[in-house]
Amino acid sequence: MRFFEYEAREIVKRAGIPVTDFGFTTDAAQARAIAERIGGPTVIKSQVLTGGRMKAGGVKFADTPEEAARHAADILELEINGHMPRGVLVDPKANVKQEYYAGVVWDGTAKKPVILFSDMGGIDIEQVAEEHPDHVGRVHLSNLMPISDHKAKECIAQTGVTGKALQRLTPIVRRLAQLFVDNDMVLAEINPLCEMHDGTFVALDAHMDMESEARGRHKQLLKDLGVGDDETRLAREPTPFELAGEEVDGSDHRGVAGNVTEFDGNIGLVIGAGGGSLTLFDAVRAHGGEPANYCEIGGNPSVQKTCGLAKLVLTKPGVDKIAVMMSIVSNTRVDIVARGVIKACLELGFDPAEKIAIFRIPGAWEEEGFKILAKYGIEYADRSVSMHEAARRAVAKIAGPDAVAV
Amino acid sequence: MRTDGVFIGIEVDDAALAAEPGLARHLDTVCPVDIYKEVGDGGLEIVERNVDECVLCRLCLDLAQLDVGQDAVRVLKLYDGGATLE
Amino acid sequence: MSILVDADTTFIVQGITGREAVNLTRECLDYGAGAKIVGGVTPGRKGRDVHGVMVYDTVQQAVEAHGAPINGSVVTVPPAFTKDAVFEALENGITLIVIVTERIPRRDVAQMVELAALRGARIIGPNCLGIIVPDVVKMGGIGGPAKNAAQAYTPGPIGVISRSGGMTTEMSSTLSAAGLGQSTAVSIGGDAIIGSTYAELMGHFEADEQTEGIVIYTEPGGRMEAELATWVIDNDCRMPIVAFMAGRFMDEMPGMSFGHAGTIVEGKEDTATEKIARLADAGIVVAEEISEIPDIMKSKLPAHVEHLKPPGVSVPSWTRGGSA
Repeated sequence: MRFFEYEAREIVKRAGIPVTDFGFTTDAAQARAIAERIGGPTVIKSQVLTGGRMKAGGVKFADTPEEAARHAADILELEINGHMPRGVLVDPKANVKQEYYAGVVWDGTAKKPVILFSDMGGIDIEQVAEEHPDHVGRVHLSNLMPISDHKAKECIAQTGVTGKALQRLTPIVRRLAQLFVDNDMVLAEINPLCEMHDGTFVALDAHMDMESEARGRHKQLLKDLGVGDDETRLAREPTPFELAGEEVDGSDHRGVAGNVTEFDGNIGLVIGAGGGSLTLFDAVRAHGGEPANYCEIGGNPSVQKTCGLAKLVLTKPGVDKIAVMMSIVSNTRVDIVARGVIKACLELGFDPAEKIAIFRIPGAWEEEGFKILAKYGIEYADRSVSMHEAARRAVAKIAGPDAVAV
Repeated sequence: MRTDGVFIGIEVDDAALAAEPGLARHLDTVCPVDIYKEVGDGGLEIVERNVDECVLCRLCLDLAQLDVGQDAVRVLKLYDGGATLE
Repeated sequence: MSILVDADTTFIVQGITGREAVNLTRECLDYGAGAKIVGGVTPGRKGRDVHGVMVYDTVQQAVEAHGAPINGSVVTVPPAFTKDAVFEALENGITLIVIVTERIPRRDVAQMVELAALRGARIIGPNCLGIIVPDVVKMGGIGGPAKNAAQAYTPGPIGVISRSGGMTTEMSSTLSAAGLGQSTAVSIGGDAIIGSTYAELMGHFEADEQTEGIVIYTEPGGRMEAELATWVIDNDCRMPIVAFMAGRFMDEMPGMSFGHAGTIVEGKEDTATEKIARLADAGIVVAEEISEIPDIMKSKLPAHVEHLKPPGVSVPSWTRGGSA
């Protein structure tokens, strides 16, 4: 779960890392007040969860509080990459001597956090790593040992930084590593980390991303920051169709009929299991089909929940038929899913044989499931029909034989 | 007493319910998908919206067998020509 | 032979009284020769019995009651308690841990994995269905009830490693139908950090006489495939590897998570396209469809594995020897 810059800076500040005297607001008049308090040139920064705000005009400089207010008013109205800003951050314009980079991420191969440090801050760290590998320090952290200063020091020293700067940077980087661990972050980054002309250091921008699974352990922090429980902070906001999908999934506790994602196509998909859904979605597209949605059924959901999901997909504008497909199931039951999707058709006043283009779910309770499907005249397939072949048949039936890519 | 869903039918012998006051409560307890609900003292309601959730676990059949003997409860697979669950 | 487990492997189930754990216990007891489940642990439930398996309050009690070291544990407790359960198993000498639980924060997983490494133990998962040696033993929910598992898995020369539990069964079933049985199939879990990656299991398969080829199921997200590619090159791997990559559509949708927690495109190296290229560089064939896997594998298997059984014919005896 990504944080806005103003939230990330607050997290950095709480960890004992020096930050500027910034202010956040959703209101232009208030931006003026913050600029007055700061008393000098300011920077007004759009608070959006997307990159490229500088280029888009989402960052502006102001010499006076009035100018700050004008810029704030403009930026608050400015959409960037489809995102409206949450507000603006008003920051004192910093008198910077040198920019550094400090970040902590997970190394999935080492299965440990890794501290990254560079004396070339202010630009993308991946670019620095590629073009100037000797300017990037890397040190892994133990998951079991306490985080100590020497790890941070080693990382910084790898880039050749020494003297007073090394001494002053060490506790900052150690605290960043500590906050990464303490807050279950998957990314904690200060860029730029600035050395001012008076030799002090200050975090000028920060990116933080908390692991979604760990949100429950950080309720107080999230409450303090004003992050709502319903804020997904995904790459894009959920659509009404997707929210309706969440509602279906939450309708009872049995199993999962979730992760409904909207697409533009006409092939309604009631598909399942994590890997099965990924495979089938690819298979439909490989055969020239355009899915109307993605979803994941798993954990043996109730008939009612499956019915709800099927109804949602069947009533999506542009969808005429659904394809019900999964990899071989061992927990989710074939007969229960069959009942759910047939019920959905019947309750909407449709003929299941007409609306279900193909049903390919082999596995647990398939004997019973196939009896149900046979009774309603639905085309079904057992495990001898591959997932890709089932997807091909679905595309042929829904989009027409001409649509099928070979 | 009989209630039919789209896929599943449930038959409970009224005489058995009258003869064995504990049967309704036992059915209520044992069903994993809440098809049976005890009402009042020994009365039974079949929860219509849950009938099609039946997972064919046979727990109610086994229990009725223990409580009152043969055929007090029958689960019908309406999708299979009304075959009874054995 | 097999890797990681065999008919003699003893294990416990931590969290045994949970709904899914009760089913899983039944399934493992019923499958093959019948798993040697020597106890279950649920704090406060000592003295209960789950399908004939005694329940204890602590792992220590289970080990004492067994009177000898216990090899493994299947951990199926809620996410908030998983780390402690795994530490408990490790501190009581258990060396193979299958973590079924989903949604465990990765810091907890990383801590478990680091302690396991210090104790010389191996973790499979989290968010996985475990390990199966066809017709011999299964440790975890893999393949489902014994009857269903027997339908999909047959003994033979192929090692299967998969980030998706369900797809482990789908791929094994496809292999079985084509006469290619499995030596051992491992569902390694779909999270960003897991106890055992492809590369970390390859040494076991490489050393296993029964295994002649490897089939993997993979997804976008993470660096696990690059790690495998490096392993194959560095170790001059003796076995052909065939891969299937799902979630290719995700390359167009950075930052969105599908399928499993670890399945998200965060950078260029996470993409399906990049991974396929990496695997290909190491000589690993990436199949377009699952149904192509058996033929690709057959064309790559060494000559001495020529006596592959046609579908429906009984399995040659050498594949059944070993661990039974």
